[in-house]
Amino acid sequence: MLRACLRGANATARNHCRRSPGTSLQHCRHYTAGESSSGASKVIATGLLTVSGGVGGTILYAKWDHKFRAAVEKNVPYSDRLLGLALGPAPQDVGLPVKNQVELAQPPSMMEKQVKAPKAKSEKKVKDSAGSPAKEPSPVVTQPAQSIEEASAEATHIISAISEVPSVPAPCDTEAAAVKEECKECHDHKDTPAAVHPNAESPSAAEPLKERPVEEVAARLAQQDQEEQDILASVSASLEESLASSAKATLQAIGAQEAALQAITQHTHKLKEAMEAEVPPQEKSAQWKDLEAALADRTCSVNDAGTALLKANEALGALRSVIDDSKGLKIAAVHPLVLAAEENLHNMIVDLDKVVTKVQSAESEAKIVSQYSELVNEAKQQFQREVSSLTPEIQANWKGLTGKLSADDLNALIAHAHRRIDQLNRELAEQRVREQIHIDAALEQQKLEDQKALEKAVNTSLQHVKEDARLEQERKLAELREVMEAEMRTQLRRQAAAHTDHVQDVLKVQEQELRAEADQVLSSKMLEQETRYRQLNQEQLDNFTLDMNTAYARLKGMEEAIDSHVVAEEEARRAHQLWLSVEALNYTLKTADADVPTVPLKSAAEAVRDSCHDNDFAMALASALPEESLHRGVYSEASLRARFNSLRSLARRVALIDESHNSLYQYFLSYLQAALLFEDKQEAPPTQLSREDLDPFKLLSYASYCLEHGDLELAAKLVNQLRGEARRVVEDWLTEARLTLETRQVVSLLSAYANAVGLGTTQAP
Amino acid sequence: MSEKELGKKWDRCLADGAIKLGTGLGLGIVFSVLFFKRHTWPISLGSGAGLGMAYANCQNDLRSHYLLHKSEKVGCRSAFVRTCVSCCERVEKLTNFVNNCVR
Repeated sequence: MLRACLRGANATARNHCRRSPGTSLQHCRHYTAGESSSGASKVIATGLLTVSGGVGGTILYAKWDHKFRAAVEKNVPYSDRLLGLALGPAPQDVGLPVKNQVELAQPPSMMEKQVKAPKAKSEKKVKDSAGSPAKEPSPVVTQPAQSIEEASAEATHIISAISEVPSVPAPCDTEAAAVKEECKECHDHKDTPAAVHPNAESPSAAEPLKERPVEEVAARLAQQDQEEQDILASVSASLEESLASSAKATLQAIGAQEAALQAITQHTHKLKEAMEAEVPPQEKSAQWKDLEAALADRTCSVNDAGTALLKANEALGALRSVIDDSKGLKIAAVHPLVLAAEENLHNMIVDLDKVVTKVQSAESEAKIVSQYSELVNEAKQQFQREVSSLTPEIQANWKGLTGKLSADDLNALIAHAHRRIDQLNRELAEQRVREQIHIDAALEQQKLEDQKALEKAVNTSLQHVKEDARLEQERKLAELREVMEAEMRTQLRRQAAAHTDHVQDVLKVQEQELRAEADQVLSSKMLEQETRYRQLNQEQLDNFTLDMNTAYARLKGMEEAIDSHVVAEEEARRAHQLWLSVEALNYTLKTADADVPTVPLKSAAEAVRDSCHDNDFAMALASALPEESLHRGVYSEASLRARFNSLRSLARRVALIDESHNSLYQYFLSYLQAALLFEDKQEAPPTQLSREDLDPFKLLSYASYCLEHGDLELAAKLVNQLRGEARRVVEDWLTEARLTLETRQVVSLLSAYANAVGLGTTQAP
Repeated sequence: MSEKELGKKWDRCLADGAIKLGTGLGLGIVFSVLFFKRHTWPISLGSGAGLGMAYANCQNDLRSHYLLHKSEKVGCRSAFVRTCVSCCERVEKLTNFVNNCVR
């Protein structure tokens, strides 16, 4: 699009360029300029075209190849904006989140399955139990975070507890397959928690998985156990109830049947008796009455038996339903109960059937007997009719009339009897002839009936056997399971025992170790304590000794100090004395006036000597004072200075005079030199004298400088360098200066010494 | 006072010179008047001789220190030297003693 626009612009530009030189003559002048401008515009146009072509090509290729686009965006700044404008946002942004979502979706799905498994189980339990509210889903929902291992462990635990699947910790896939239908059931049953479930779990999947704490697991297990127990209790209760009721009903039915059987047998017996026994008529009527009673009894009892049977069947049916229901619970503990109930049921059914068959057989027998009795009755009646027809006056009860019959009657009777016997023989012969057929037919019928009965019996027995077999199988299964469980328990117990043994051993060993350690620690601590105690004791002792020693030393020190104090005071006094005397000596030095020497230092020196009898140094010093100063005194520096000033001119005047040059002419020359030569009044002497400095004038100026600056010693030294007549002239001055210097030196030494001694003896505060 | 010596010497010189000059002048005048018919040459001779003698005396006096006289013994000078040496020795001893004590 951009390229098209640019192309168009370029084309128009080019057209314009082309047009401008060709169209109007006015622009002829500007032909060259136009040409150049067209050339320039051509260059610009081609440049623009290339750039636009490059950009457009880049954009198109970026649209086609996303990697290229990414590379371009990375390397060229602000290209991402341009590409975004041209092509829209980068397509990879959509791909990655999808992938992440897919990845993220998987663990949550697994998580969901895991969480749903226990939830499903719990829900099933909940469903099977008498409609208790689903407490489990809510804790499950509120605890969505669960590690996968924990979930699988729990699932296996639950599975093993239910003992449906062999206890292999199968991960979620087999679980999921088995659980899915249940999940569906659960979903069907409880939609809202399930609806809440994924909503709760998908955001929770983002949360980190955390383990359920052990107490929770134990609590859950305990809860499940409790539920199982409850269900078991309820189931057993229901089973027992129904068992009891059915047992009661069955017993009742059996009793009724037995009663019926009894009644039937009695009735039959009675009937047989009534048929066969030859009893007097009163007893016969009593018999018949009994028979009727028995018949009534029988019918009554048969009815009762029938109702009881119905009731029993109902009860058994209920029991069966209950058993089926409890079978559906799939809890191991219920199974034996179920099994027992089933067995009971089976037994009851079997008993009932037996009794029923007995009753039926008795009934059939009774039917036969009744038929026989009917036949007999019929024959009797017929015979009686015959007899009555023969002998109408004879009463029905002809058996009791043996004494009352006449000979005719008897003959007629006998003839009848003979006729009857013939008839019967004929019938018998006929019957014998037809016997086979009748027998065959009867056999056939019997066969059929037998077959039917057989079939029925076979069916019932088959059912019974099947039932027995099934029960046997189940019993065996239960036994086997029990055995296995027992074995497992024993193994576990053995393991537990081994574990406890091992733990005991380990504990014993640990105990020993710990005991040893503790003993060691104790002994070390005891030792430490002992050593510390001893140390402390010793320290105390040492401290005491130390204190005593220090006290004694201090005492001694104090004594010494006091002594030395006395001594020191003495010393100080002496030093003071010395110092005073030295100060006096020093003062005497100052008593010099101008041109007048000091007082003789003899007395002061005496005083000094007196005050330092024991001091060699001071004695030596005191005796080192020159005699002149002692007797005559010394001149002060000021006087010497003044004298030198006067001396200087004289020395200048005789500067040229020495041993060789000492004529009057020389004197004249010397005087002339002194008059004409000008030197510094005072000049600072150098630290080292050179040959030029030995010039008397220079020396004198150096000496003047030194004197002016109070350095008499250096001045004397410099003056000492004079030679010849100048030297002779200043000889006395030099001697005086030496004297003064000497005295001053001795006195300063003495005073320094006295000061030092005084400082030394001073007591510091 | 050694510095006064020169002055003293000059005093003597001058005094001596004056005397000698005067005496020579007088004698010259006397001689010129008396013996040499008032020529000036005996005056100048006399004064010159007087001056010369004064000059020589002065010079001698000023030089006297540097000249070794026959009567002087070498020992006097050496005595002086000896006293100086002894003084220096004493000073040296004292300084040594002081140094020892200070150390």
